[in-house]
This record gives sequence, C-alpha cells and structure tokens, in this order.
Amino acid sequence: MTFLLRRALFYLVTLWAAITMNFLLPRLLPGDPVQAMITKLGGRLNSDAMASLYVLFGLDEQKSIWAQYVDYWAALLRGDLGLSFTFFPTPVADVLSQSLPWTLGLVGVTTVIAFLLGTLLGVYAGWRRGSWLDSLIPVTTFLSSIPYFWLGLIAISVFSVTWPLLPASGGYAAGLVPEFSGEFIGSVLEHAVLPGVTIVVSSVAGWILGMRNMMVTVTAEDYVLVAKAKGLSQRRIMFAYAARNAVLPSISGFALSLGFIVGGALLVEMVFSYPGLGYVLFQGIGAKDYPLMQGVFLVITLAVLVANLLADIGYLLLDPRTRREG
Amino acid sequence: MNFKTKLGLGVLAFFTLIAVIGEWIAPYDPSAMGDDLLSPPSGAHWFGTTMTGQDIFSQVLVGTRGVMVVGLVCGVLATFLSILVGVTAGFLGGAADEALSMLSNVFLVIPALPLIIIVASMLPSADTVLIAAVISLTAWAWGARVLRAQTMSLRRRDFVEAARASGERTWRIIVFEVLPNLTAVIASGFVGTVIFAVMLQITLSFVGVVSLSTWNWGTILFWAQSNQALGQGAWWWFVPAGLCIALLGTALALINFGIDEYANPRLRKVRA
Repeated sequence: MTFLLRRALFYLVTLWAAITMNFLLPRLLPGDPVQAMITKLGGRLNSDAMASLYVLFGLDEQKSIWAQYVDYWAALLRGDLGLSFTFFPTPVADVLSQSLPWTLGLVGVTTVIAFLLGTLLGVYAGWRRGSWLDSLIPVTTFLSSIPYFWLGLIAISVFSVTWPLLPASGGYAAGLVPEFSGEFIGSVLEHAVLPGVTIVVSSVAGWILGMRNMMVTVTAEDYVLVAKAKGLSQRRIMFAYAARNAVLPSISGFALSLGFIVGGALLVEMVFSYPGLGYVLFQGIGAKDYPLMQGVFLVITLAVLVANLLADIGYLLLDPRTRREG
Repeated sequence: MNFKTKLGLGVLAFFTLIAVIGEWIAPYDPSAMGDDLLSPPSGAHWFGTTMTGQDIFSQVLVGTRGVMVVGLVCGVLATFLSILVGVTAGFLGGAADEALSMLSNVFLVIPALPLIIIVASMLPSADTVLIAAVISLTAWAWGARVLRAQTMSLRRRDFVEAARASGERTWRIIVFEVLPNLTAVIASGFVGTVIFAVMLQITLSFVGVVSLSTWNWGTILFWAQSNQALGQGAWWWFVPAGLCIALLGTALALINFGIDEYANPRLRKVRA
C-alpha cells in the first residue's frame, strides 16, 4: 500500500504545483490583460463577479502576495473560478462542468482503445520479429508524426466534404435535446466516430512501438527460454510470460504520456468543434478569456492526475513486486 | 548505419537546406497578394494559392526556417536542462535526487499544451525565440528522467569508482567519465525534444496564440482553417504544410530508431 500512498502524495504535490503556477502566471507576466477585459465589459459586471476576478488575477495591488494566495485558495475551494468573458455572464465552473463529460467520454474511450489495440499489435510485432509485421513500424511512425489536428482536417475533408458520410462538427445533431433516448445516443456516437478514430490513429503508434521493443528485449530472457523448453504453448508463453513483463514500462509510460495525448485530443476537439474542453479552450483563446483558459488547465490537470492514479492501481495489480515493497 | 537512418538524415538535411535558402529560392513574396485567387496547383503556383492569391509554395519554403529554428533552439536548451537535472539527480542520489526527480515528474505529468497556450497568450509579443524558450521549459523533463536512470546505473561502475578514489572532483567525474557514456541517450533525447518542439510550435501557430507576422507551417494551417479552406475544397492549402510536418517528424523518428538500435543491439534487424 505504501506504493499507492507515495503516488497519491506525489499527485497532491503536482496538483499544488499546477494551482500555484496558475496563481503566479498572471501576476508574473507583464501586462494586465484581465484588467483590460474588465474595463471593456464595464458596468455589465456585478460587484461579486468583479471581486472574484480581482482575487483570481491579482488585480488587488494593496494586498501582500501571501494574502492574495490565501484568498486565491479560498476562492478555488468554493469552486469559484471567475466569470467567463466568452460565455458572459456564465461562471467558468458552469462552462467547465458542461463540457467536461464530453472530453472525458471521448478522450477516455479512445485512449483505452488505442492503448489496448497498440499493446496487442506490439505484442505480436515483437513476438514475430522479422515477419511482415515489422513493416508496420515505418507506417505507424509516419502516422504518429502527423499532428493530431491535421489528421482531423484531412478526415473532415475526405469523409465529410468529399464523401458526406459522417458529420464534421458538433457532439450531436442540431435540434436534438440532450436526453437519455436512443435517437440522442445514436447521434452522439455518430458524431464521435471521426474525432475518435483520429485520436486512435495518431496515438496508437507510440504504444505499438514501445511494446514491440520491450517484447523483443523480454523474449531474449532466460525465463522465456525455460518456458519454451518446458514445451508450453506459444500463446501461453507469449502472453503469460513475455507480454506480462513487457507491458510494465508501457503502463508506467501510460501515466506520463497521458498529458501529451490529452493535449492532442484537445486539438481534435477544436478541429471538430466537439463540445468538450478543447473547443471551449479554443473559443477562450480567441476572446483572450483568461479565467476560462486557466479553469480548463486546472480541470485537465486534475483529470490527468486521477487517470494516473488509476494507471498506478493497474500497475499494482500486474506487478507483485510493487506490492511486496515497503 | 542502416537504410532507415540514412533516409532520416537525408530528409533532415533537405529541410535544413530549405531552412537556409528558402527565402532566396521562393518564387514569390509569401505575403504578397496576387490575382489568382484560391487556384489549385499549376505551373505558375506549384502548391496553388490562398484566398488572397498568396503563393503557398513560397509560404512553405519561407516558413521552413521558423520551424527549424524553434526545433534547434528548443533541442539545445531543453537537452541542456535535462542533462543538468537528470545527470545531477542520478549521480548525487539521496535528497537531491528525490527533489530533482519530483520536479521533473511534476513537469511530465502536467499537461503541457494548455499551460503553454496560457503563457503564450499572456505574453505581450509572442515571437519565435520567446516561444522556443517557453517550449523548452516544458520539454526537458522526459530527457531528465531517462538520463537519471542511465546515470544511476553508471554511478557505481569501476571506472567511476576509480576516478573517485583518485580524488577527482565531482563535476569532473560527471563531465569526463559519466557524460561520454551517455552520448547515445543524450542524442536520442535531443532528437525527441526537437520533434516535440516542432509539433508544439506548429500547434500553437495553428491555434493562433503565436504572432502571425512570421511564416511557419503552422501559420499556413491557421489561415487555411480560419478561411474555411476545407469547406471550399481547397485541399492544396493545408496538405503541403501537413505533409512537410509529417515528413520532418518521420525523419527525426527514423534517426532516433538508428540511435536506439546502436545503443541496444537486441533491437537490430535479425539477419535471415
């Protein structure tokens, strides 16, 4: 259990670092973009909203930096992330809670699919080294070198413009009301196909490659040779002996590449106008909506940390050594 | 050196050459507007033209420099940081190691893209070099982690012990005994960082947080997207820049495979 406790502690420190960065950035960087925005909105801001923006972005010059930091934490713990300029006058927290489920659904499902598919292909490619599967490597390398968003653009131009098979934007058909009905769910799935496939195609290569290289290394180990000498079936050796050990770096790598994958997925959402955090962030950039952008950053960081903790639990289940330790 | 590595080096050399001479061989001024509006590729405009009649071939040629400069600057800066943090942590061990590893893990886990978008959009003028510096600050952590692990395995080797026993100073052992044995790891980290930096810079330009006054492949895609090139079927507007990115990325990845195979002979191709 100490393993999990240590990891959880680390994630708490990371969360603290992310929040503190969020606090410091607008205070350290030159210029007062938020002040400019407030001036522009003028009388349309009520005094409560004004006060929370002052706390979040350090416009209250009279207070010491420490007092500002305490106020900042107090605001965060209340769930107060300020008002969004883009979706004025909706609070940032509301905008985020509407778009978060879309991102979690899209990115969560596609990341799991890409990981499973890539790992499985990697197991085969590493086990059958020297076969035609080796030619997968250059192809997938090329695919992973394509930026996520560009692949999304191509997907739109081929499957929505040239052959209008699938919808190019949005999370569900216009005119439908979000509810728990067959029609609505069908529409959601239909809209998720293109962005989902885009994310899977561009992220699968990394898993294939990492898994293949580990399989190649593990296959040369003595315990695999012993298993072969015992006459166990190929399948059993491949999965229970080689793959189970080879997958460990992939899982610990999963945690670390997640931040990168999420970044790519946000871009896919921007390209497809998918109603998740990425698209919200994109709209925020255009309007210089700092409360919204910082809110998106915090929520994404939190989601990535939770996903990391889940990956750690998976690691714990697969590798008995981590359980004995401590 | 196998064929794949040579191919990678060749493509990289080609783009480096374009980065240097691109501005001189470009047939048009990339920002100049022309009379052929949104025309498909032809003899006069190899990659076609934009909505305002700008020559896309010239934009790609001129834009290569910005991409390569950011890649190089970030590669150098971030590799330096990763050596500084990773090797120090791995060699010293103990509390210093704990603190430095924690620092690099924090930077690894925090999603870089939204963070950089915030920083870049808050900067009053987000020019190429500044962006390169900001990207480097988030790009060093992966290299540091790998270098730390490798250094830890070297720390207790006989030749390091020998140097320590003969009274060499710590920095001298690190620079002259440890670093030369990390060359392959550092090189592959450098190449990996360049890929990361190039992708990130193009992404930032595409999203529109970087100054649009200088051309790079991402800016071309930004204009293509904001002028609805897709809806108008103007595939030539975004295909060339995207292919260039993919080609450069693949070339760098191939070079990295070469380095990996050099460092880990088990990965080399089995001769039938």
